Amino acid sequence: MNPILECHGLTKKYGDFSALTDLNLTLGRGQIVALLGPNGSGKTTLIKLINGLLTPTQGEILISGQHPGAYTKSIVSYLPDHSYLRDKMKVDDIIKYFCDFYDNFISERAYEMLASLSINPKARLGTLSKGDKEKVQLILVMSRKAELYVLDEPIGGVDPAARDYILRTIIGNYDENATVLISTHLIADIENVLDRVLFLQNGRLIMNETVDDIRTANGKSVDVYFREVFRC
Amino acid sequence: MPWDLDNDRPIYLQLMDRIKADIISGRYSPGDKLPSVRELAMEASVNPNTMQKALSELERDGLVYARRTSGRFITEDEDMLKKMKRELAKENIKNFMEAMQQLGFNKREALELLQEILKGEEL
Repeated sequence: MNPILECHGLTKKYGDFSALTDLNLTLGRGQIVALLGPNGSGKTTLIKLINGLLTPTQGEILISGQHPGAYTKSIVSYLPDHSYLRDKMKVDDIIKYFCDFYDNFISERAYEMLASLSINPKARLGTLSKGDKEKVQLILVMSRKAELYVLDEPIGGVDPAARDYILRTIIGNYDENATVLISTHLIADIENVLDRVLFLQNGRLIMNETVDDIRTANGKSVDVYFREVFRC
Repeated sequence: MPWDLDNDRPIYLQLMDRIKADIISGRYSPGDKLPSVRELAMEASVNPNTMQKALSELERDGLVYARRTSGRFITEDEDMLKKMKRELAKENIKNFMEAMQQLGFNKREALELLQEILKGEEL
């Protein structure tokens, strides 16, 4: 099987500004990977390139061997950093909508997670708290049987108990061959569920290591290490 | 509840320690079947690949053995379990001695103090 993600000399420029520069990266299947970096380091640009929302200025990006397009969108489940769902919709209507849209969407899984997090499927999205809205969106994304899950800042507004549940859901739900790419600032919270971390700085990939290799080499957590590398 | 893990040591080593502790405390008995990698990973809230690594290492140490298709089991080799307990006890004593040394007690003084306290009513 092809690697789930390959970037070869991937570069994205906005005018003169280079948001990503000559990125070379191969991600295998069956991993949970964090994409880390300070604000403006290129995380969201990379995520948008994966999802075909941006096109590379130079180089190429392949998902399971294919350029981003209709096929790759069918195997990538993407949680953007802002909501695109209408507040007037009810949760169960959104589930129907996703069911129509994606043939790999599993409604039972979505309802099960809603029940575990005590979210009423009949509620309108607009009446939910910020944290519950985030949970709904994450549930929708994790209820697809995808090969690559791309989560842009998934747990920012969620309380710690729900965060534990969500992390367990990620561990329990993803297929052994699926890869989860999570961009976040809350490293400490998710460190234990990660295989690997990618550090981006000024649009360049400066580190691609497993969590335990970083801990073994430095005797400190990835969170502490990150703060040292990117000290302002 | 997620397992309580430190921030500075490799995660798989801590998972190994935890499973050893569960064997010693009697949560798992010799010959017991361990839950699946995914179940253990979910219980601990850790990455399944990391749990897999911890179990493979325990297997290499001989504390756990795998039966093809039916999962992993705790060893029934009593000598092996005794050896593991001894190793962990040694580790604890080493840590204790280091702490005593930091307080300014040498080995002999630490031992004398320990005997004194064990004899008296302080414990």
